[in-house]
Amino acid sequence: MMYDRILIRYGEISTKGRNRNKFIDKLRRSVRKAIEDFPKARVQSDRDRMYVLLNGEDGIKVSERLKNVFGIQSFSPAVKVEKDITIMKAAALELFKRLYSDGKTFKITGKRSDKKFELDTNEINYEFGGHLLTNIPGLKVDVKNPDINLQIEVREEAAYLSAETIRGAAGLPVGSSGKAMLMLSGGIDSPVAGYLSMKRGIEVEGVHFASPPFTSERAKQKVVDLTKKLSEVSGQMVLHVVPFTEIQQMIHKQVPENYTMTTTRRLMLRVTDRLREKNGGLAIITGESLGQVASQTIESMYAINEVTNTPILRPLITTDKTEIMDIAAKIDTLEISNLPYEDCCTVFVPSSPKTKPKLEKVQHYESFFDFEPLIEKAVNETETIVVKPIMEQQIEEDLF
Amino acid sequence: MIYFDNSATTKPFTEVLDSFIKVSTGYFGNPSSLHQIGGQAEKLLAQAHTQLAKLLGVKMSEVVFTSGGTEGNNLAIKGVAMEHKGRGKHIITTEIEHASVRSSMEQLAELGFEVSYIPVDKHGRVDPTEVKNAIRPDTILVSVIHINNEVGTVQPIKEIGEVLKQFPKIYFHVDHVQGVGKVPLDFYDCGIDLCTISGHKFHGLKGTGALFVRDGVQISPLLSGGGQEGRRRSGTENVAGVVAMAKALRMSLELREQKIDHLQQIMGTIKSGLKQLPEVTIHTPEKNAAPHILNFSLKGIKAEVLVHALEERDIYVSTTSACSSKRNAPNQTLVAMGVPADQAASSIRMSLSYENNQQEAEKVLTAVIDNVKRLREVMK
Repeated sequence: MMYDRILIRYGEISTKGRNRNKFIDKLRRSVRKAIEDFPKARVQSDRDRMYVLLNGEDGIKVSERLKNVFGIQSFSPAVKVEKDITIMKAAALELFKRLYSDGKTFKITGKRSDKKFELDTNEINYEFGGHLLTNIPGLKVDVKNPDINLQIEVREEAAYLSAETIRGAAGLPVGSSGKAMLMLSGGIDSPVAGYLSMKRGIEVEGVHFASPPFTSERAKQKVVDLTKKLSEVSGQMVLHVVPFTEIQQMIHKQVPENYTMTTTRRLMLRVTDRLREKNGGLAIITGESLGQVASQTIESMYAINEVTNTPILRPLITTDKTEIMDIAAKIDTLEISNLPYEDCCTVFVPSSPKTKPKLEKVQHYESFFDFEPLIEKAVNETETIVVKPIMEQQIEEDLF
Repeated sequence: MIYFDNSATTKPFTEVLDSFIKVSTGYFGNPSSLHQIGGQAEKLLAQAHTQLAKLLGVKMSEVVFTSGGTEGNNLAIKGVAMEHKGRGKHIITTEIEHASVRSSMEQLAELGFEVSYIPVDKHGRVDPTEVKNAIRPDTILVSVIHINNEVGTVQPIKEIGEVLKQFPKIYFHVDHVQGVGKVPLDFYDCGIDLCTISGHKFHGLKGTGALFVRDGVQISPLLSGGGQEGRRRSGTENVAGVVAMAKALRMSLELREQKIDHLQQIMGTIKSGLKQLPEVTIHTPEKNAAPHILNFSLKGIKAEVLVHALEERDIYVSTTSACSSKRNAPNQTLVAMGVPADQAASSIRMSLSYENNQQEAEKVLTAVIDNVKRLREVMK
């Protein structure tokens, strides 16, 4: 007997009160999106559970997809059977035989939410355990650490049999926590910060600063590729590419060299904040990790953050580089981030940037020039791209 | 023309040639160049990596482009041997490998490595227990062909992989050249560390191929230089070739979905037709055989004579693997299977592709039967 459905457990959503239906709705949408290319599969949900009805689609491949969907605590491939002990026993044996090989141990975990069912939990364990033991010679029980844990769940509408529980990505469904702008440089940290924010349900839009000809087309492509990777979580992701050359050149004219980095960050933040406002976001996300580089000391953050009241989320603030790299490797962005192209942070980097910039000084240096028109222009000329996991080829499609 | 020698090479798909020409003319840049022309070529190269990885069910970083099956096998075997010789100098392989594996082993033996050759049973199959028994503390590599190129036997790769999972320090290389597009192989599930494929065996172009190198597996490069392909294979990338190969693999896998049953039917027709000839011995086993390869002997009829006789009717088959046929030695696999030398010397291989059809099969059968009747009298 093949599994005919996958049972999804909600986890954190189930603690939500009146908003619960909204969360479930978002999750259902994410699940649908994740298994879009399995046209026969259907998604069903109720208050406690969600089911993917496979209708002949490959359960293993569908499970692979579900592993990456935020908002799922765990899931189990399952078989639905009629609540008739004889039928259930036959199904249990058939399923078990598919999983069993010599020497494996097992236990039965019975559960019933239908209290009218003729057997109680213990009786379920006993009846079905006995049935398997008499039919499979040499089979042994191990209740502490079984190789196969056959779960039999009797619910109102039917009984469900399953034998494995696969951990989901946890978190909250994408889009259930509003929108924020992610400052995406092309390095290792920012995609990870974006991913972790998505995990908590934020809809993320990327903001990238390009300074041609100081930065190349490839540096931009790298950011598009990173966005593409991140978009796998939600099905698509918006990326804003800001033309930053003019502002950057002006900074170099106006500000002493050791303060250029601080001012650059302040202006990037101002542009991002403007884009956030324009696109209905409520926060800005960065990949900053405390003390990692000159711009990420607490003094720098104090001097940079002054330009806005918008909440700045720094999911990585207390993590170490190695921890960040581990996550980056896990979400497949490390390889892309490691490509060696100049980005706007690396080209204009002063030889000795201030690690403890003074707010008054930076304000003073910036006071001689009105950056506002340049910011306005950069925002207006920003290119907005909708990135999808599988992008149509920019180069001729039929090559592949 | 009826072409039944697809294990030697296949005819490139027209669509594949189109891609090759388009890329060669429109995107001729060197992927390592900084300018845009180079950038475009690099993008195509990256896309070819991605597509091939996706089709093989592996990661992009695990695909190393090569010039074909021979290079892939050489790189895997010598690359592991050179990189890990400090840990041990013992390698295990089988008696029925392709010449590029066998000769690599012989070369390594001259350099002080020890090679164990696992025999096969009468069906041409290796016993995983024998692989296990051959393992020593200094074993660093096991190399097994997936589909034997001469008789088409499918080796128990998954079972050997299971055995090797208990020996995490031994690398497992599989020569998947004949299998790709015909018999599915799950690299991760089988515990494979290195796996060779070749573009021209699935309607791509000669001079293209790929080696799967699992993440974390270190190999010493055979070609050193500019550090292309993650420092594992230097030399300016054959962008047009690998784009064409990625397309050829996509098309082949799509064809497999549609036509594998059809291919088996054609093979069935040929087999049952041949069995009616009293002189025929079919060497390809009934069980565990690839769907596209058939090897048989006709008692008393020299294989070469039949090949040329069929050629007169514009039908193309072969005597043994193309890489060995010029040596005029008896079919190695058959000898290893215990087939008598005279039979091994008179063996014919027919190998199909998804482009062949039922009428061709019938025509070939008639031609073989006619010729056997004719030659029977002459050669007696």
